[in-house]
Amino acid sequence: MTEAVALWSYLAQEPLLWLTLTLAAYVIADRLAEALGRHPVANPVLISVILLAVILKVTATPYAIYFEGAQFVHFMLGPATVGLALPLYFNLARVRQSLLPMLAALLAGSLVAILSALGIAWALGVRGQALLSLAPKSATAPVALGVSEAIGGQPTLTAVLVILTGITGAIVATPMLNLLGVTDWRARGFAVGVAAHGIGTAHAFRVHETAGAFSGIGMGLNAVLTAVLAPLVVGLLF
Amino acid sequence: MIRVLTLLLGFQLFGESLARGLSLSVPGPVIGLAGLFCTLLVFPRLAEFMRETVTGFLAHLSLLFVPAGVGIVAHLDTFASYGAGLAVALVGSTVLAILAAVGAFLLVARLTGAGDD
Repeated sequence: MTEAVALWSYLAQEPLLWLTLTLAAYVIADRLAEALGRHPVANPVLISVILLAVILKVTATPYAIYFEGAQFVHFMLGPATVGLALPLYFNLARVRQSLLPMLAALLAGSLVAILSALGIAWALGVRGQALLSLAPKSATAPVALGVSEAIGGQPTLTAVLVILTGITGAIVATPMLNLLGVTDWRARGFAVGVAAHGIGTAHAFRVHETAGAFSGIGMGLNAVLTAVLAPLVVGLLF
Repeated sequence: MIRVLTLLLGFQLFGESLARGLSLSVPGPVIGLAGLFCTLLVFPRLAEFMRETVTGFLAHLSLLFVPAGVGIVAHLDTFASYGAGLAVALVGSTVLAILAAVGAFLLVARLTGAGDD
């Protein structure tokens, strides 16, 4: 028994355990999502986060210890963002063709995301760093963290808000846009990418390839625009 | 695969250096994205070379968000005081942003006749 405890206290401090558990949680979550017929609510990120949060709670492991292992996965967000240049390149012809609609959707979506998040949260009594951390939440994680830091938010809180935004977008987009009868995959994908970054894009790729490609473009463009707009909006309002 | 990863990291490094060096508010990976995109326009064969690895990599994009998402355990106190407000703001603004973007896209597509062939 004491040996098991000693082994656990060794492993619990090592990056290997938490890196392995992060991948294992994702594999289980992905299987589960598959078994549930890819129902939007059965989002792999959401399930993985719940599984790992419960494990951390039960084992009383601080997030900082967990992140020592998980940072290797987190780090790959950077090169993945760079890699989004490829779907953009391969869809160049369609991008050219719908350049104006995309620019309009980008401006509208990006501004509405920032202003409505700040407005609703402010009206409901959210103040201070928590409010500022909300501003860049529709941008992809590496971008949103940098913006949050620049405008006086809490980057780690922003990271959580970004993930929750992505999960929300992935859950609501398909039923909502079906209900509205929107059949243009370019518009659907692009809007989800602008509003719900990489998690929305991952969902869009599962729904339709064109939607996925346009979602990746929306995400990339909104990353740039949010980096410019969020500091401006926050500077004007606060 | 290693060569492709080296390219991706190289463009990220280029982006980070530029962002730091010129103190730009645009994050390094996004500048790297733009840099790679421009390079692909000049060297189309590079796109074919990178295609398979990057497509496989992007298929598991969701996994990469898990560590940041687990960070919620470190912010339970913030969610205890502001949870309801933050939740309504997240859901409300995400729905509004999708509607605004879809609406603007379809409107301008109709006005400019940019149909989807």
